[in-house]
Amino acid sequence: MRIERVTLEKKEMIQEAVDLSLINPLTAKYKGKKGCMIPLLQGVQNIYGYIPREVIVKISKETGLKLSDMYGVVTFYSQFRLNPVGKHIIKVCHGTACHVQNADAISDAIKDILQIEDGETTEDGLFTLESVACLGCCSLAPVMMVGDNSYGKLTKKIASKVIKDIKREEKNK
Amino acid sequence: MENTKVIVGLGSCGIAAGAKKVFDKIETLKNDNTTDFKLSKTSCVGMCFREPLVEVIDESGYYLYGEIDEEKAAEIFEQHIGNNKPIKEYIVKSDKFKTKDDSFFEGQTKIALRHCGLIDPENIQEYESRDGYKALKMIPSKNISRLDIIQTIIDSGIRGRGGGGFPTGLKWKFANNNKSDEKYIICNADEGDPGAFMDRSLLEGDPHAVIEGMIIGAYAIEASSGVIYCRAEYPLAIKRLNIALQQARDKGYLGENILGIKGFNLDIFVKEGAGAFVCGEETALIASIEGERGMPRKRPPFPAESGLWNKPTNINNVETYSNIPWIIYHGAGAYSKYGTEKSKGTKVFALTGKVKNGGLVEVPMGTTIRDIIYKLGGGIQDDKKFKAVQLGGPSGGCIPEYLADTIVDYESVNATGAIMGSGGMVVMDETTCMVDIARFFLDFTQKESCGKCTFCRIGTKRMLEILTRITEGEGKDGDIEKLEELAMRVKDSSLCGLGQTAPNPVLTTIKYFRHEYEAHIYDKKCPAKSCKKLLTYEIDPEKCTGCTICAIKCPVKAITGEKKMPHIINQEMCIKCGDCYSNCNFDAIKLL
Repeated sequence: MRIERVTLEKKEMIQEAVDLSLINPLTAKYKGKKGCMIPLLQGVQNIYGYIPREVIVKISKETGLKLSDMYGVVTFYSQFRLNPVGKHIIKVCHGTACHVQNADAISDAIKDILQIEDGETTEDGLFTLESVACLGCCSLAPVMMVGDNSYGKLTKKIASKVIKDIKREEKNK
Repeated sequence: MENTKVIVGLGSCGIAAGAKKVFDKIETLKNDNTTDFKLSKTSCVGMCFREPLVEVIDESGYYLYGEIDEEKAAEIFEQHIGNNKPIKEYIVKSDKFKTKDDSFFEGQTKIALRHCGLIDPENIQEYESRDGYKALKMIPSKNISRLDIIQTIIDSGIRGRGGGGFPTGLKWKFANNNKSDEKYIICNADEGDPGAFMDRSLLEGDPHAVIEGMIIGAYAIEASSGVIYCRAEYPLAIKRLNIALQQARDKGYLGENILGIKGFNLDIFVKEGAGAFVCGEETALIASIEGERGMPRKRPPFPAESGLWNKPTNINNVETYSNIPWIIYHGAGAYSKYGTEKSKGTKVFALTGKVKNGGLVEVPMGTTIRDIIYKLGGGIQDDKKFKAVQLGGPSGGCIPEYLADTIVDYESVNATGAIMGSGGMVVMDETTCMVDIARFFLDFTQKESCGKCTFCRIGTKRMLEILTRITEGEGKDGDIEKLEELAMRVKDSSLCGLGQTAPNPVLTTIKYFRHEYEAHIYDKKCPAKSCKKLLTYEIDPEKCTGCTICAIKCPVKAITGEKKMPHIINQEMCIKCGDCYSNCNFDAIKLL
């Protein structure tokens, strides 16, 4: 059920005004189709990086999908987020193989550098840290993914270096 | 030289190990020079422990290079491709000479993985050139009826490879028996078991085999619509599936009146999962495709009678479908000659954890666990002591070393208290704490419980609390018994497989490693020296050189001492983070 991921009350939502017109093609594509709720919400998340409240309100009005049903689906699946996320999403794998190869140490090292807890985003909005169940690269354990890049056979040092390198790159931009 | 082929393994794990960079490097070199050769990509050959892999096939033979980086790639380019001099020290497999990694392939029988790592998964011609879609073409050319197909599958003895082990042919028969204007065929590619990646490798390496298997299944049960429900965490698998589906449509393997079979219409779509382990359960998966919360439904009615959109539906797992074309093409007998009396054929395992050669292996049913770990896997990392192997993920259990001669088939594995599962095989050594492993799996199932059944929702939570307490040194007399009782209640009172099997990791670890639980509870010790709160770090004054590095690294300043004199850890301040232990260069920190 992964209820922990939903931190709606925990933080003041850093809400920027979202451009609602971006979802028009989505609603046009899925409106009235059966079983469309999950692909529709996945589309929303692809656009905004999370599911903004006013967007699902708008979808509900336009498609007739119930707001409560959508909220139910969003909070059920771990993929969906109700809060904006950082520019780089760090997914530290905590599958069995990674667990026995001490993935906890990797998470701890990253928490230490970024000064955030699991599921949180850094204040500068650069990083979000997540623990995930399995990235399917078990033979390279422990593994993490930053954006679309995977890093295997990690140690605390390598993991810290990856994060620091990204930080430096961002600074120089 | 123009006949030389260079193939880079670009599966997800290969890419994570740096194979894309190697591919780009070779491509750049190719473009910068006039050397003529064919560069292509393939997927995982299963040798994950040697990734990134580069294969060179030239007139003299076949050479597989392992652990290649950009530098080594340049060397191979210059010496082997340019000057026909294979670099022997980097070669892990060849048809010209023996290598130390040959043992990884001996003992394997590849049926499901028959093309993985050999073909370019994005090229349908390569699949077709290796008997691809020939099984499907046999249907019109040999006039094979639906019931003949089903009988062949029943005779082959293949059972569901997703974990349940239900005979596939019977499942198809039930779906075929239920008449309806519309039927569905679904491929369960929601591989959620942590520690398993067989399905990902198959989808990335040989998507057409899965698709052909589904088409044959759809013909057998008269389905006109197909869905592949794939985890969103597998972007490369989804991409390759979509490419393969389009190619199959273009070739007429999907569409209307397929291969001229009148009335045989089928299209298949990929549906991305949204991250919920319970969706691997077939009724929850159906709910998820319908766009709802993925909560299991009561069975009966079984999906074969009333599944997706209340129509007859057949669901099989990725590995099952990929076996189907092979069985139809080679016949039931060719398949059933492998395996044991009740479990036929082969099984793919994702061999991981503390094993030397981690990777993807396919062995005939009936192979012993010990052979898989020692012969294929090369033994335990750093030659430590083999303690247990975890089979079946969160629904499975831990099999101790003394039962390692158990053979892999559904009945034998079930007898140990574990399950065959989808094929995750995680090897554990003496440094893995079994109580912690039980806690780890419970933590997973507790989070993934959909919440429908009270015992699964709350029972797993209470069990997790007890296990956490034990690993933190707060275990109490009676905890083990309480865990056992809760486990039985959760098993008995849950609707679906998730709850019914969630206590298995706890029950098997109590059964085989009760002494570890007792050591945690009564002696406040973790025999594997893994549970942080039960450890004591001490400095060996004989070995300590007083280099001060531990004192500098200690985050709570618990270590004191004069320079060049033995240091001391203040046990009351110590938070047991282990930083001193991992930073000491003189092996002076002892773990008690």
